[in-house]
Order: sequence, then C-alpha cells, then structure tokens
Amino acid sequence: MAATADAVLAELRERVSAAHRTRQALRLRGCGTKDFYGESLAGEVLDLRAHQGIVDYEPSELVITARCGTPLSEIEAALAAHGQFLAFEPPAFGADPSIGGVIAAGLSGPRRAYAGAARDFVLGTRLLTANGELLRFGGQVMKNVAGFDVSRLLCGSLGILGVITEISLKVLPRPRAEQSLRLELPAAAAVESFNRWSALGVPISGAAWWQGSAWVRLSGAPPAVRAARERIGGEAIDAASAQTWWDALRHCQLPLFDSRVIWRVSVPGAAPPLGLPAAPLIDWGGALRWYADPAEGADVRAMACAAGGTALCWRGAAPAGRFHPLPPVLARLHRRLKERFDPHGIFNPGRLLAGL
Amino acid sequence: MAEADIVAALRAFLPGDCVLSREEERRPYECDALTAFRQLPGVVVLPRTEQQLQQVLLTCSRLKVPVVARGAGTGLSGGSTPHARGVLLSCARMNRILEIDAHARIARLEPGVPNLRVSEAAAAHGLYYAPDPSSQVACSIGGNVAENSGGVHCLKYGLTVHNVLGVRGYTMEGEPLELGGRAPDGPGLDLLALAIGSEGLLMIVAEVTVKLIARPPCAQLVMASFADVHSAGNAVAAVIAGGIIPAALEMMDRKATAAVEPFAHAGYDLSAAAILLIEADGTPEEVADQVREIEQVLRSAGASTLRVSGSEAERLRWWSGRKNAFPAAGRLSPDYYCMDGTIPRRHVGEVLQAIERMEARYALRCMNVFHAGDGNLHPVILFDANDHDSWERAERFGAEILELCVQLGGTITGEHGVGVEKLNSMCVQFSPAERAAFAAVKEAFDPAGLLNPGKVIPTLARCAEYGRMRVHHGALAHADLPRF
Repeated sequence: MAATADAVLAELRERVSAAHRTRQALRLRGCGTKDFYGESLAGEVLDLRAHQGIVDYEPSELVITARCGTPLSEIEAALAAHGQFLAFEPPAFGADPSIGGVIAAGLSGPRRAYAGAARDFVLGTRLLTANGELLRFGGQVMKNVAGFDVSRLLCGSLGILGVITEISLKVLPRPRAEQSLRLELPAAAAVESFNRWSALGVPISGAAWWQGSAWVRLSGAPPAVRAARERIGGEAIDAASAQTWWDALRHCQLPLFDSRVIWRVSVPGAAPPLGLPAAPLIDWGGALRWYADPAEGADVRAMACAAGGTALCWRGAAPAGRFHPLPPVLARLHRRLKERFDPHGIFNPGRLLAGL
Repeated sequence: MAEADIVAALRAFLPGDCVLSREEERRPYECDALTAFRQLPGVVVLPRTEQQLQQVLLTCSRLKVPVVARGAGTGLSGGSTPHARGVLLSCARMNRILEIDAHARIARLEPGVPNLRVSEAAAAHGLYYAPDPSSQVACSIGGNVAENSGGVHCLKYGLTVHNVLGVRGYTMEGEPLELGGRAPDGPGLDLLALAIGSEGLLMIVAEVTVKLIARPPCAQLVMASFADVHSAGNAVAAVIAGGIIPAALEMMDRKATAAVEPFAHAGYDLSAAAILLIEADGTPEEVADQVREIEQVLRSAGASTLRVSGSEAERLRWWSGRKNAFPAAGRLSPDYYCMDGTIPRRHVGEVLQAIERMEARYALRCMNVFHAGDGNLHPVILFDANDHDSWERAERFGAEILELCVQLGGTITGEHGVGVEKLNSMCVQFSPAERAAFAAVKEAFDPAGLLNPGKVIPTLARCAEYGRMRVHHGALAHADLPRF
C-alpha cells in the first residue's frame, strides 16, 4: 500500500513539474463534487483520487492523517468506530467528496459557529508545489507555532497555491448527549435568542431558522443538555428526525437549494434582518444567511456590506464574480502570494480570484 | 541613515514623551523575557494612537529603517529582540478596550490591552476571553496575536487563532489592512490565519476583535499521583481515549513539584514521580459527572492517589503551584531555560526518560511542567549564565530536546514562538524548500524586509553552519535522521 501511494505521489510530482515547465494550467480535482464552486474552471484535469488512504489515526491523539484523495465517508467511518467525528461537519454535495476537496474548499457545516470552522481543525498539510517540491507544514500535534501557519492558509485556498497531498486534522469525541428542539419564532427573534442563549453558556451546537421555525441542537454532557432543554423549551425532536434535518441543512439539501439563484451571505452573528423581501434560511446562530431568488434588482452584495458582511453567489449568474470582491490591498497580497508559490500560474487559474 | 535623522523624523510628528532616544531610556527594551538575548534598540517609539502608529510605519518605510514590534515584553523566544539600527515599536500605550458587545460576545481591543483585562472587563456580562497564557496579567493581546499564544485551557477552548475573529492594522508600507472580521469565512485566502503567530514579521496590528464565551459556572480540579512518569503519560492518553476533553490537563514531574511546593504550598504529593492536574468545568451537574469519569479512568490507569478540589480556594491553590513553576525554577538556579517542544501525547513517557538521560550527559538539572493534554512540553533547564560553559551546555541540551520532538513527529515550539531563540532548530524541522516558502510569505507582505528582520526564518548560510557545528561537537543526536 505504501509503495503504491509513493508511486502515485511520484507520478503527481512528475505531472506537476512537467506542467510547470510547459506552463500548462492544471485543474486540481478530487471527486468533482464542488466543480460548481469558485469563479471558473480551467486547465487540464489533475485527478487526485488515486492518492488516497488514511495514513495514521490514533484515537487517543485526537488526530487523523489522510491522503488528499481519501473519501470523506471513509474518514467519517473510521472516526465513528471510535466514537469520534469531524466537528466542523463538512458539507457533501450530492456525492462523496475527497478530504482534499473538503479542505481546499474550506466549507463548514452547522456546527461551525460553535465548534469551529474547517481551518480551526487543520493541524498539518503536505503541499506539492509548482516546481515539484513536497513541503510539510504544521504536523500532527495540537499546538505548533514553528513558522507561518501555511496549513491553515491552504484551507479554503481552492488549490491555487499547490496540491494539498496530505492533511492532518484534529478530531473530537462525539458529544455524550444531543437533543434538538424546535420553536415557533420569527427570524429576528430567533437570531436574538440564539445569541442570548450563547451568552448564557447554553451548550448549543447548531442554531438555524427556516420557514418560521427555530431549530436548536444541544450537545454535551447529559445533565447540561437536560438543563438547557428545560431552559429553552420548545418541542423536543426525536433523534432520527433531528438527524434528517441537520443533515439536510449541512449538505444543502433543503428545498431552498432547488432555486435558480442562491446567495450565501455571511454577517456578524447578531446582525438584524438584512431587509431583503424574501425570508432567508439562517444557520450558524445568525451568521450565515441563505437567500433564494432575490427580487429583481435587489443588491444582495450591498445589503451584506451594510450589515458588515459579505455575499457569495452560490448559484446563478454572478454579477462581477461569484465571491465577494476583495479590497485592493488584499487582492494585491493574494497576487504576491500566488506569484511566489506558483509563478507560472498553473494551479486552478481563476478559481479563487479572477485573473489569478 | 544616521540615528539622529531617524529620531528627528519621528519627533516631527510624535509628542516628546513618545520617542525614547537616550541610552538609559532605551535600556529597558533591550530584551524580552528571554534575557539571554540582548540588543539595545536604535530608538524606541510608544505611539498612543493608530494615526501615530501608521505615521511611524510610513516614516520607517520611507527611510528604510527596520521596525520591531513589542507588546508587554513577556515573550519567551526573543521575538521582540530589538534591531540595533531599528525602531522598537512598543504598543504598550495603545491599551484601550474599544468595545465589548455582550450580546454578540465580542470585544474590540487595542493591541496593548493586557490579556487578563479583557476577561475582567467581560466578567460583568458573565463572559471571558479563553486563551490564558501563564503571563496573562502582563502579556498583551497584540503579543498574543503575534505568538498565537496558548495557555492551560487550550485543549478545550483553543489557541489565540481559534479565539480571534479579526485584526486590523498596517503593512510595513503603512497601508491599512483588515483580515477576518465579525462575519465568518470571508472571501479569499485565510490571511488572518497567516497573521496570527507571524511574530511581527508580516504586519503591525492596531486592533484585535476577539470572541468572548460564557464563563462556566463551576470548575473542579482532580489531582492524581503516579509512581512513574510512564503511567502518568498513559493516563493522559486514557483520559482522551475515554472521550473526555477536560478544560485543562497538566503534568508536573517530581523535580517540578519539589521546586514549587516550598513556597507555593500547593499541597502536592512530593512522593509521586509525576502528578496530573485535570480540570472539569461547566454546570455543577456536568462537572460532577465528568469528575466521576475522570476518577474512574485515572484509577484504572494506575493512579496511586486521587484528590478532588473541595473548594474554589483549594482549586486555585493547586493551580498556583503549576502557574508558579517558572518563578520556582528561578529560586533553584541563577538562570533557567524553558523549552516548548510539542509531541504526540503517546510519546510523553519516552521523552521524559530521554530528558533524564540528557541531564546526566550535559551535567545540568531539568524539571518538567507540561501541557499534557496538548502534548506541549516545557522542560526547564537550570543553568548559570555567569558560567559560559553552563549556558552553552544548556543551549545544546535544549536543542537536543527539540530535535527529539521533531523526530517523534512533533514540533520545536508549541506556543512560545521561534523568535531568535529557535532559528537553529528551524533548520532541523524544515527543509530549505519549506523555509523558502516561509520567506515567500514574508516577501509577499513585506517586500522590503523591514518588519522584524532576522527572526523566525533562518538563512541558508545559518542552517549550513549549524549543520557543521552539530557534527563538529560530535553530539549529533539522531544520525539516522534524513538531512538536507
């Protein structure tokens, strides 16, 4: 198995080095479940699925290390066998993604606001650079401040700096108890309540609002979950129905995601309603708001800005790019980093930022 | 450029008391808490406002003068060791808490605000700022951002990088820059993650927005004794494997407990080879549950005695010993050298035994206090700085511990940073290509190389020289390690 992995890696290095020499653009691809995500797809596909397998998993270390092509399902199954999980709840779109794709996209699910984002769980990476060098950043330990935190920089980089060939992630034990509650509340009151409960230390691990209902998931020690349930009230949801709801939210499978145009708006968690006519789907305790088919002429981006946030055009024709535009000083830093890591611009050109 | 010209350029816009140019005024800034490295700065500036700070950078950028930022000077790796011809930029006077929003659970701070003051200010709302480095009464939030500081509670609550939502500041060229913010997961690369822990090499931070969390209503500490360090190490793994994430999980060896007990009177078991301090926090019911589980695991892991804090006073007393481990080292020896390697938890016992063998070889004593839950070791090597040979042995002893950490899949620094202290060890942990990648990041942010030059990233020549030196001393610890 190790010899095979080494051979696959050697072949990847060769392909990347050749592309660097000939200035051939490469489109890094795992399972292709996030082809829809990013500004544009360009270049010859570099399929990374063959570089797969869990390299190391020691439950008492709370760390798993896997090659980039490892299916998410394989990692989640290995963790589940020891009562552990990826606390950032990475979304999967339709099919099983690769862990490399999960980290390159850096997207997180409902627990993000409470347990942390994908980048918060990245401990180390191996990076295949444009000139075929294999670099190692971070490691398999919880604390590591040797050099810049390049591993976390790679999380969400959409492959523009190089191929993430291996990833070490912090994992957590599954909470002892979980209970989901549903309360009938208007959106503004729901967001206000989510924030108020968090300030009181209620052990929330998910807080969402959709079509008049606030959904709250409590996680932790059984007595803490019991106490919080009494404090919050609402209707207790049975485990199976709760799982269905949170999974649908995590993997973007609610009916809203059938819409033609979808905006993903990130705002400060306590921000009031944005003032768009359509009601949003709210996640992350108020910090993530999804809008479907906004009225003609509605400037979602301007409204997100006014609320102190940013808007990503998830689906539909994107005015001036899918991602929220970067301020000039940040765009310049992106260009300089890209030029130094990938001088010929072979990796995923234009995927994270137009012209980069 | 002559020093007098730099001083004149700075005095042109800074009030008189914000520029320190006389030698006796600059002297207190010649080192941080790693006193072995000293350098008198060319000039010290203490801006009071963000505009002044920006003006300092614009001026230094124009005059091509190096800038070294300094918070409270509590750093342990010489990260704010001054530059002889540079400006030492102290953020100590930019120390206002700009905003506490209890509902949104955030605080907006100037960089000079001491870490503990954030939690004190948030206490009225039942909130606090989680990262708690031992130096928290003094260390500043700007310094915490620079070092990605940890503390005893980061196993459960994370490091600085997990608790800072955004920073606002300036590039070396004086250009305003905002990374992250209150809205999560903004567009583009995660430059905030790069800035945190960048040891003042990438930007100067003028404002930090941190996350506040609800203070757990109750906390209890379990203290367990073990007859040998190996069983203590295994007990640590057993707690984690048991699905428990305690609020803190610390270990002290016998040398450490013996050092602190005479003046901290913490009540430690001095007959134990090692003790573990394990904290549970949450609601009273939750804490009672977790303490029961912890006791059970520790008993099966071979703890010889187990005690649970019966009162808040007792809990704090037990902690006081741990938090005073470094001052205690100062009572045992004229000088001490604190290392900061991190290893996978399963190697704890092995590393402690290896350190014991090194003590004999280097003829120096070493006590061990240690964030066991994170695998973050703090071996404290006792030496005498007046005896040059003793300091040289201490340095080599420390370097060998760090090499062992790297060999076991760990790192040379878990929370104290590289600074100037661990430049040589960076040569061991990273290949030339990896170090070139760090240099590339540095160049992207600071093309002129004026921000904290000479720190964190060793030059090729230095690493080559260090490689030769180690072979020369005949003390090459792990001859089988691949070299470059």
